[in-house]
Amino acid sequence: MIAPTTPRKDMVMFIVFAIAILTLPIWMAPLGGSYPDLLQKFAIFGLFAVGFNILFGLTGYLSFGHAAFLGVGSYTAVWSFKLLSMNILPAIFFGMITSGLFALIIGYVSLRRSGIYFSILTLAFAQMSYNLAYSVLTPITYGETGLQLAQYDPRILDAQATVEGGGIPLTNLFGLEMQGWPGFYFCAVVLIIGFYIAMRITRSPFGMMLLAVKSNQNRMNYTGLNTRPYTLAAFVISGIYAGLAGSLMAVTDPLAGAERMQWTASGEVVLMTILGGVGTLLGPVLGAAIIKYFENIFSAINESVLHAFFGFLPDFIENGLVNVASLFVGKGWHLTLGVLFMVMVIFLPGGVIEAYDRIRKRFFSKETRSSAAPQAGDD
Amino acid sequence: MKILEVSNVNKRFGGLQALDDVNLTVEQGHVHAIIGPNGAGKSTLLNCFVGRLMPDTGSVIFDGTSLLGLAPHEINQTGVSRVFQTPEIFEDLSLLDNLMIPALAKRDGAFTLNAWGRVDQDAEIRDQAEHMLEDVGLQDKRHLQSGTMSRGDKRRLELAMCLVQNPKLLLLDEPTAGMSRADTNNTIDLLKKIGERGITKVIIEHDMHVVFSLANRVSVLAQGHVIAEGTPEEMKEDQRVKDAYLGAGHE
Repeated sequence: MIAPTTPRKDMVMFIVFAIAILTLPIWMAPLGGSYPDLLQKFAIFGLFAVGFNILFGLTGYLSFGHAAFLGVGSYTAVWSFKLLSMNILPAIFFGMITSGLFALIIGYVSLRRSGIYFSILTLAFAQMSYNLAYSVLTPITYGETGLQLAQYDPRILDAQATVEGGGIPLTNLFGLEMQGWPGFYFCAVVLIIGFYIAMRITRSPFGMMLLAVKSNQNRMNYTGLNTRPYTLAAFVISGIYAGLAGSLMAVTDPLAGAERMQWTASGEVVLMTILGGVGTLLGPVLGAAIIKYFENIFSAINESVLHAFFGFLPDFIENGLVNVASLFVGKGWHLTLGVLFMVMVIFLPGGVIEAYDRIRKRFFSKETRSSAAPQAGDD
Repeated sequence: MKILEVSNVNKRFGGLQALDDVNLTVEQGHVHAIIGPNGAGKSTLLNCFVGRLMPDTGSVIFDGTSLLGLAPHEINQTGVSRVFQTPEIFEDLSLLDNLMIPALAKRDGAFTLNAWGRVDQDAEIRDQAEHMLEDVGLQDKRHLQSGTMSRGDKRRLELAMCLVQNPKLLLLDEPTAGMSRADTNNTIDLLKKIGERGITKVIIEHDMHVVFSLANRVSVLAQGHVIAEGTPEEMKEDQRVKDAYLGAGHE
């Protein structure tokens, strides 16, 4: 059985989601994660993954080059800060526009193929963009050093803002500076809006066609539907989401570097989406939060923390455990992530959302829920 | 009135002449069966109607428009639906979604960017889908994932997906292939029932039982050539047909 969707169920999910995001600073405190830097990352990467899921989760086209759009969004936003204004709205607007145009071009070419060939094409485009940003386009991207703000940038829209010896002004929303908590709350609100839009897309006729693309393109063609514009639209929408996430990165920390476009960054969003639950609405946000949490918390643990943790044990056991555990923390946090990812893919291919569904089914409902297959958009 | 007119169609695959100067006319409202031994070119001919293959020469005119060179989705939008040998359905989706997709394609065309309206609140499309499910007797399964059904039910669903578009021409490629006798009879009943809607059908079939129960016109294809055409009764007695099926010189 596939539970039918209703506007009411969606509204409940959306409200719970919005409250959970806005209260992150409170309930992340016991988990040691209640500081704006980390929570901003939750929101930004959550948004990136939500957009990525519109392409990967709904149409099944696995892009390995979405970081390119993230990078384009960042560069554009920083240029907007330099040339136009430190106000973040134009930065975000132009970040979304340029990444959307980029996605249109790359998508138009890449979507001529499907499956692994599509993935390879997007990967190749992203690596090309990375190399362009790193070396060829140095006048625009400032290559290795990265694009940074300078005190004497033109900023033509806020003319009187450059005070002699006053330092570089901060990014702001009509005067409200986007550092620390205001920065987080701004990103959180954008994430909530982005989530709502993704939810509407998933439940729309357009979203249904994207699911049809994933399920059977042949039948789609013989049903009178042209698959190409559907996949291209999904690609561009998810590219715009990535550009938005990229410009938010620049909003909270106004610099842009080429490493943001590297394939590892593209791979990361794939991991986030799969870890959370491909094709579900909440999964990508959860996956992004889990990965960013691990990155920040596990990488901060060092040997002395471990010694303190295992301190109650006899010395030789303590040392042994610390030696083993230290492989998985600090710089080795990727190892933890890798193990977690493997366990998830093998035992829970539907990600955290599938885990939740299974638990819920086991404990809370003994009625007529039969099908265990995770369903797109069915959280 | 002629609804489908196939003239002088040739198709060559390397050294094989798959279709050899095929001429065929389908009358509006008829059930026209195309029969013939294995390798006669039946499926090749059907693929030429739906844009999957392009004939080397000849023309295929449907309802006044040439179908040659059109993409499959464009052909469907002119009013031609197709049922495949192995059911092609959206296996990951519910039966209701499976029917809403073709209904949307019929109403909104090959591409519409409606990313805001809620599809589960579209009463018009939903009603069409629900009615169609009732017509084929699958209404109790409407929230089931379609891929989990039996093959007979998948076939039923695929047929419903074509019918919900209210096509002018329905192409059926061996609709009972691989089915049990009971399933075959069910399918025949269903096809007879939808016959009442007056949709023109072209059926490719091996099973003579199916052909004689449904068709009012039969074309016999052998080695890429139409060797005989007539009513089912005439074809039963035709010497050329017997030769083609059983080999010349049989008793």
